[in-house]
Amino acid sequence: MIKTDILIIGAGPTGLFAVFEAGLLKLKCHLIDALPQAGGQCTEIYPKKPIYDIPGFPEILAGDLVTNLMKQIEPFQPGFTLGERAETIDKLDDGTFIVTTDKGTLHHAKIVAIAGGLGSFEPRKPPISNIAQFEDRGVEYIIRDPEIYRDKNVVISGGGDSALDWSIFLANIAKSVTLIHRRNEFRGALDSVEKVQELKNLGKIELITPAEVIGLVGKTDLEEVVIQRGNDMINRECDHFIPLFGLSPKLGPIADWGLEIEKNAIKVDNSLDYQTNIPGIYAIGDVNTYPGKLKLILCGFHEATLMCQSAYQRIFPDKRYVLKYTTVGGVEGFDGSKKEAPKAIVKSID
Amino acid sequence: MKDINIIITDRQGIKHEVEAPTDMNMNLMEVVRSYELAEEGTFGICGGMAMCASCQCYVESEHELGEMSQDEDLMLSEAFYVKDNSRLSCQIFIKEELNGLKIELAPEA
Repeated sequence: MIKTDILIIGAGPTGLFAVFEAGLLKLKCHLIDALPQAGGQCTEIYPKKPIYDIPGFPEILAGDLVTNLMKQIEPFQPGFTLGERAETIDKLDDGTFIVTTDKGTLHHAKIVAIAGGLGSFEPRKPPISNIAQFEDRGVEYIIRDPEIYRDKNVVISGGGDSALDWSIFLANIAKSVTLIHRRNEFRGALDSVEKVQELKNLGKIELITPAEVIGLVGKTDLEEVVIQRGNDMINRECDHFIPLFGLSPKLGPIADWGLEIEKNAIKVDNSLDYQTNIPGIYAIGDVNTYPGKLKLILCGFHEATLMCQSAYQRIFPDKRYVLKYTTVGGVEGFDGSKKEAPKAIVKSID
Repeated sequence: MKDINIIITDRQGIKHEVEAPTDMNMNLMEVVRSYELAEEGTFGICGGMAMCASCQCYVESEHELGEMSQDEDLMLSEAFYVKDNSRLSCQIFIKEELNGLKIELAPEA
């Protein structure tokens, strides 16, 4: 079981900065995120977009902000459980929490801070009426183990990088790969588009465009997809249909944790410390709501700071903490590193 | 500068006639959000960068909206429930010429 002082759910900018603020208070953090990498929306949706309202940075790319935050928290050696979604929470008699992920990883923490942004990112499912009945029976939204496609007939749908990249990858594994997209143009990297063209020319990928999958057929497991191209309907035998249309954020299982929810966000006490209606569970950043809430990264940073102070008081109710400035106290990492302002040189004058 | 009127049909099919200011550099997605015509967290998820299609709308009047950017066009190529009159509302900026614009919000996807 993973043990930590503060368990942060969500590894976006707010969650990452909370690690730094907790570290100044000598509190250890562990982060859980459903995405396979840290950074949240900044990394997943707009890594190359500039942000202009981070104090001290007239302009910074979202991806670079995450890189800098990761560097900033390095001395505090946070742990990460990535690619797993926080599923359940149990409060123990001593007031601590056990959080279990969808893959069964257990985390024990004194404090839980939800920094889940808009929620966990889940695959966008195409509006095909019976798609749910074939999930894990031939329909997969995420490729976890490419080996299951070996010598199988695979149909991939989508026009972005994921659809292109997996078509290329599976072309050498699967019996057949059919790529379907609503347009003739693809949104992915030029290299990938050219590679797909090459594999198409070699007969290793069949391209059906402009077209879309509108139906799924099968008794129990998927047997066929129905493809519409103009006025034509094409029935294509297949073992696997993989729609790759990106990710969409959903609050997910957190919505069932007994927290007070308002308009898809978690209500917190903003006059004090961003604590939820369950003592010991905080919500910071875009996932929370309170009168006057602004969904800005810089507001998340502020909320993370106050949350950590409150968490410290909750863990050490008898200790009196005095706010210190990093310019005075420096930054002492858990790895033995210490950053501090250089001492002034004192020389005597004869 | 003056406010303009826009008629927005929400995802429940209810029509709303709203006023939108032309002097605040707003886009149509922000107007929809400011009047809370779509459930929080389901509309304008990427913040207005044409990087998700959550703010897709159908333009029902004949207003001249200008050509789509390549980003908008390609994003719509991957969206669901797309029609010939689909646009991303975050890419429609509020200006006087849009007075009387009629749109319908596309279903949540």
